[in-house]
Amino acid sequence: MSLLSVRDLSVKFAMRDTTVTALDQISFDLAKGERLGIVGESGAGKSITGFALMNLLSRPGFVDKGKIMFQGDDIVQMPEARMRNIRGNQMAMIFQDPMVTLNPVLTIGQQMVETLQAHRKLSKAEAEQIAIVKLREVYIPSPEERLKQYPHELSGGMRQRIIIAIALLLDPQLIIADEPTTALDVTIQADIMELLLELCQSNKVGLILITHDLGVVSQMTERTLVMYAGRIIEAGRTREIINDPQHPYTQGLINALPQQTKPGQRLKQIPGNMPSLTAIPAGCPFSPRCEFVKPHCLTEAPKTVQYAHVEVACHEVNRLHSSTDSITQSDKAEEIQA
Amino acid sequence: MFAYLVKRVFQAIAVMFVISLIGFAIQDNLGDPLRELVGQSVSEEVRQELRDERGLNDSFMTQYLRFAGNARRGDLGTSYFFKEPALDVILKKLPATMELVLGATIIIIGLSIPVGVYTAIYPNTIISRLIMGISIIGISIPVFLTAILMIYVFSVEYGWFPSYGRGDVVHVFGYWETNFATVDGWMHILLPSIALASIMLPLFVRLIRAEMMEVLQSEYVKYAKAKGIRPWRIYFVHALKNTLLPVITVGGVQIGTMVADTILTETVFQWPGMGFMFLEAVNRVDTPLIVAYLIVVGFIFVVTNTIVDLIYGLVNPTVNLARMGA
Repeated sequence: MSLLSVRDLSVKFAMRDTTVTALDQISFDLAKGERLGIVGESGAGKSITGFALMNLLSRPGFVDKGKIMFQGDDIVQMPEARMRNIRGNQMAMIFQDPMVTLNPVLTIGQQMVETLQAHRKLSKAEAEQIAIVKLREVYIPSPEERLKQYPHELSGGMRQRIIIAIALLLDPQLIIADEPTTALDVTIQADIMELLLELCQSNKVGLILITHDLGVVSQMTERTLVMYAGRIIEAGRTREIINDPQHPYTQGLINALPQQTKPGQRLKQIPGNMPSLTAIPAGCPFSPRCEFVKPHCLTEAPKTVQYAHVEVACHEVNRLHSSTDSITQSDKAEEIQA
Repeated sequence: MFAYLVKRVFQAIAVMFVISLIGFAIQDNLGDPLRELVGQSVSEEVRQELRDERGLNDSFMTQYLRFAGNARRGDLGTSYFFKEPALDVILKKLPATMELVLGATIIIIGLSIPVGVYTAIYPNTIISRLIMGISIIGISIPVFLTAILMIYVFSVEYGWFPSYGRGDVVHVFGYWETNFATVDGWMHILLPSIALASIMLPLFVRLIRAEMMEVLQSEYVKYAKAKGIRPWRIYFVHALKNTLLPVITVGGVQIGTMVADTILTETVFQWPGMGFMFLEAVNRVDTPLIVAYLIVVGFIFVVTNTIVDLIYGLVNPTVNLARMGA
């Protein structure tokens, strides 16, 4: 049985006199201990997916339809008290910017102890012992002293390590990491990702990694979802999506990577911008930017079909495939990882 | 910490210097003190003699330096009306005013925090909307009107509370007599305290609400929710502490302002404090007393602000008082 199973999840935002669809019937599964990447441009609905899984959508956002089955229970229908017991306990979240995630007026110790005490009957001393063990696991030097420190006394990288340690405090089944390194120095980004991967593997924790970085996804995850305008447009094993993308959007993303361009050449961009959620085009949402667009793309929404190892939502997927040369793309995964 | 304290004390001295300069300049321009002292039947020659005797014909700077030198020794001049040192007159009135300010402060702190937090957490309930509406009215109505209205309703119509004076007071030490020791004292201080609090209370409710609503949108509050922390802990530990940081700063300034606001409240309730005394001094053109009042109120202002800044440094971990002294 899968750990997490999302079915036809739709999230809407209530505006003054209309509702806007932020997530449009997305479905995916996550096995126990599996690592899944969610990629896409800003505004594609990646973070909203993460918050919907935690049942933490802030108003005016709400789940309109669909199910989120976590260990056999539907999170959408779950009473708040039970949901609170899952948050931080079985399902933990790592936020984007460690500089603003920790509370500035509480010590690291207070913020770790309260998390443990929210879910388990522990004395302060017992909770601090667990906190120290977890801080060691994320390679924080002299953890006993860190407990007494305030967030502003620590660097960004150090804070994100502490946030990872907090995520692991109660040995969760699933960690949702929402762009965990975007706010950090490039030199620290790789360290943090490596640490996260190592800890997920050794503790057999499932990971949902939300990012716009295809390189990170190829290193960290086994499966990948590509999102566009609130829809999953391509899903499959990460290796296959990187090596042999089927959707024109995914192809565009991969071709836009600097590694795909010879020095001196212009980077290959996808023309245009992602549509605003208030003005998603009819039919295929990618149609205005797609080079393979056909008349029926503008009127009919594409169904998700299984094609060449991946699931893809595109009308023209057959024609596309015959036109792309899959042999030249076979080594892309290695290239991108390097 | 010590270096910061020294720095703050020097700042306070500088502020007091400016206040004394302004106070003295007012005294110098508030008409001829001789008229108040000797009346109209004294000849011009005698007046001139008296002026020379009192140094009133000296230059502004000489007079100011003499005034400042005396002030440094605690001598702020002699009240024309009471024929006593002005500072003594004020110090006798000070406890009544400070107890009134204390009463109002207790009301403000005791009500504004729970009400502000409630309206921030539930901004759309009928109760919240009602509170916000009333708070606008509270801010808009001047203190003296609130005071007169309360006297009319609660003293005249219902007769629940006395309408003037301090009632039974109990001597504590020195000039200090307290209202808080007898039932009659409590009855007397309640209405004036509410009247004095009537402007600041809605202001603080709105301030706390606005700050709290902003804090509740912050990443660290979302993160606390994602950790499964109970709502009451999020509100009162995570959010309230961050909410109160800016409120403390504003509060320090407002306590000083409230001391000055007592003029109106004390006058309406015939409260025998500094404010009432000040208004009488103005009517009698008792210049030394007016200037002494300005300087004492300025001093209270400076002291409360310094204390509040120190408290802020202790509450906010990101302020390092030791380093700020450098």
